[in-house]
Amino acid sequence: MKPITYSEIKGNSSQFYALVALLAAFILSALACAYYMEHNGHVVTGMTNQIVWGMPHVFAIFLIVAASGALNVASIGTVFGKAIYKPLGRLSGLLAVALLLGGLVVLVLDLGRPDRLIVAMTHYNFKSIFAWNIFLYVGFMVIVAAYLWVQMERRMNRFTKTAGMVAFLWRLILTTGTGSIFGFLVAREAYDSAIMAPLFVAMSFSFGLAVYILVLLATYHGTGRDIGDVVIGKLGRLLGVFVAAVLYFTAVQHLANLYASEHIAVERFILMDGGIYTLLFWLGQVIIGGLLPLILVFRKTADSAGLKRAVTLASLLVIIGGFAQVYVIVIGGQAFPLSLFPGMEVSSSFHDGTISGYAPSLPEFGLGLGGVAFAGLIVLFGIKLLRFLPVSLAGSAIDPHHQLTAKGQ
Amino acid sequence: MNLRRACMGMLAVLMASLAVVAHAADEDNSSGVPMPVIPMGLGDSCVKDTDFMRRNHMDMLKHQREETMLKGIRVEQYSLKECISCHAVNGPDSTPVTVASPQHFCRSCHDYAAVSIDCFQCHASRPESGDSSAGHGLSSIFPTTQNVSGSQ
Amino acid sequence: MSRKTKKSKLTETGNFDPSRRSFLGTMATAAGVTLAPGVVLYGITRSSSAKARALDAAASSEVRWGMLIDLGRCDDGCNDCVSACAKENGLRGFDRPETDAQWIRKVDISDPKTGSSKSLPVMCQHCEEPPCVDVCPTGASFKRADGIVLVDKHTCIGCRYCMIACPYKARSFVHEVLEDQKPHAPRGKGTVESCTLCVHRVDADQQPACVEACSDTGGGAMLFGDLNDPDSEISQRVAKYASQQIRADLGLNPGIRYRNL
Repeated sequence: MKPITYSEIKGNSSQFYALVALLAAFILSALACAYYMEHNGHVVTGMTNQIVWGMPHVFAIFLIVAASGALNVASIGTVFGKAIYKPLGRLSGLLAVALLLGGLVVLVLDLGRPDRLIVAMTHYNFKSIFAWNIFLYVGFMVIVAAYLWVQMERRMNRFTKTAGMVAFLWRLILTTGTGSIFGFLVAREAYDSAIMAPLFVAMSFSFGLAVYILVLLATYHGTGRDIGDVVIGKLGRLLGVFVAAVLYFTAVQHLANLYASEHIAVERFILMDGGIYTLLFWLGQVIIGGLLPLILVFRKTADSAGLKRAVTLASLLVIIGGFAQVYVIVIGGQAFPLSLFPGMEVSSSFHDGTISGYAPSLPEFGLGLGGVAFAGLIVLFGIKLLRFLPVSLAGSAIDPHHQLTAKGQ
Repeated sequence: MNLRRACMGMLAVLMASLAVVAHAADEDNSSGVPMPVIPMGLGDSCVKDTDFMRRNHMDMLKHQREETMLKGIRVEQYSLKECISCHAVNGPDSTPVTVASPQHFCRSCHDYAAVSIDCFQCHASRPESGDSSAGHGLSSIFPTTQNVSGSQ
Repeated sequence: MSRKTKKSKLTETGNFDPSRRSFLGTMATAAGVTLAPGVVLYGITRSSSAKARALDAAASSEVRWGMLIDLGRCDDGCNDCVSACAKENGLRGFDRPETDAQWIRKVDISDPKTGSSKSLPVMCQHCEEPPCVDVCPTGASFKRADGIVLVDKHTCIGCRYCMIACPYKARSFVHEVLEDQKPHAPRGKGTVESCTLCVHRVDADQQPACVEACSDTGGGAMLFGDLNDPDSEISQRVAKYASQQIRADLGLNPGIRYRNL
């Protein structure tokens, strides 16, 4: 296989600057939203004493979960030695860091006291899985930075495998931790389950790869670089595998809950009676985020352009379905009332015994979108300033088994 | 070459700003920001002497809050309530002002030093109404020669 | 009490005076009447505040504060505990029930199978193994040595994770800027709060405001005391009568117990 050449993107077109300006505008609006929420208190948001984590957390958790999964591509190349994935590794690392930073920024700015970030970083209660997550996130960024460095610094290339292994293991622990934020909560019927951890790991693989594919295709399209069918096809089918894994864990989670009569009520809520949550689960998560992408990536496509369209659309649908899934988990899980007196009908002045309503407000959306824009800006600056992108990902450049006649595979 | 020039430039800027600061510190404040007017508290003295309080009140507060919060040790004279009670400043309507007013005892110095405090996001910044032992007369909020010279 | 020495008291005429005995008797009765309440009071206070600690001493784990609430005496329509708590701690409503803080609330429960119903006050249960303490990333949510679960607002970053973790929905988040808080109950925007068992009163040897209101004007359903002291009224009643904890199955051992639940 020929050696891969990486180069920065030129980044001097008007479209590039327009994109930077657009992302900057989103970031500024997010800052304004954060200031508005912090200054006036959370009364200006849709979050209440019943639904305490809202739209910003949906965005943040999606971004953080996707961040961990975005590193997957690099791991497959380094840890599992698949040659075709090796050139994709640098962008994978950059995207992982960018998405994590975007998610963390949203999370921190939504805190009741964001000015106390220093307190959060110096006072740790190590019994709290949340504290562990903060520690894991910061460590992840350091490790990925090191991983990128050993990949990009030729003299350090011999350490790539070690760094890749460390990053891979750290990432699995991190995503297990993120899932356990919910899984460890004995009080909430929608969460209290060990399967939340592997479910989140599967979600990270799926969402992370979907975001990676979209970013890869967008940057190569925008810079006019070649990207071969072999790469797109492989990534697309891999996405299909991950989507199937998510569907599997979701099925196990719900089927196991349905078996126990004590959990019937919450399952009925999510799967049947929950209104928006039921709609988002079946239509958003299962159909749009699960079945449709599976069909798209495993169907035979006519030509190169068809393959690209199918994989792009599949990735987009996975992301939409992913947001729906995180919404159902985070908001739906909180909307279902706590069961203080099992079997009894309960009412009070503090919203006991009722399904809680939630109407996301504009500042929450603004903050969440700003996190996405922040991640995007980091990627944009990264690929412009440093050599993250291979000059060409055409089959002839990277495929050790390249066949000139290969098409649409 | 460019790097060298940039370094020289930065050095020049640094020297210039140091000179300005040194010059300002030399002056007797007649043209600078006015010294803060710090109202007198009740009684003869605070729980510790003024110099100690000036340097260490933040550490005292922090230590005391941990003792009270985490261990339940409540020493009345070191409590924040007592600080606020003695250092209450009466406004024009003869009731103690809150931290919203720049005449509040804590703000009179903290505004000058530009050090923000967030104690009063949670803590009441004036004694509870009906607490007659707190606060003192209007005269203390007007500058006297003693206050202006900052020799408290 | 000065001992009345038996001195022969001769009248002016030198004869024996029978009124001396009645004088002694009256004095003795008067002294007894004066002292008896004190003796009784001493006995009562000794037993109920046997662990009374000085204000500037640390809370100790020899004590475990708890409550026993007798639902047989808790009236459906009575809200005295709720109003007392709001008044004591300066909880102001902003006409927005979804975000207004409530440290204690009356919960009405009814059994759909039998139709029976009752009402009970629910507040922070001050668990022995509080989930909110376990999950707090900064350690702001903590359990004091004497069992009272509190939020250290100096360290709270307002992440609200403890609110999701609490099985009793005991915690509230302050959604607005607050002014003129009660000096003994600091609370502020962006931090999480819950029933403090009126720790400022308990430390001063008083009862929580809800308990006091219940005994003053309510049904007298709430009893507060030291669960670790076998002589305290609450310990004796808990030993004598059956009482339950809410969601006892979670294994948290709350300090709030209910009778006739």
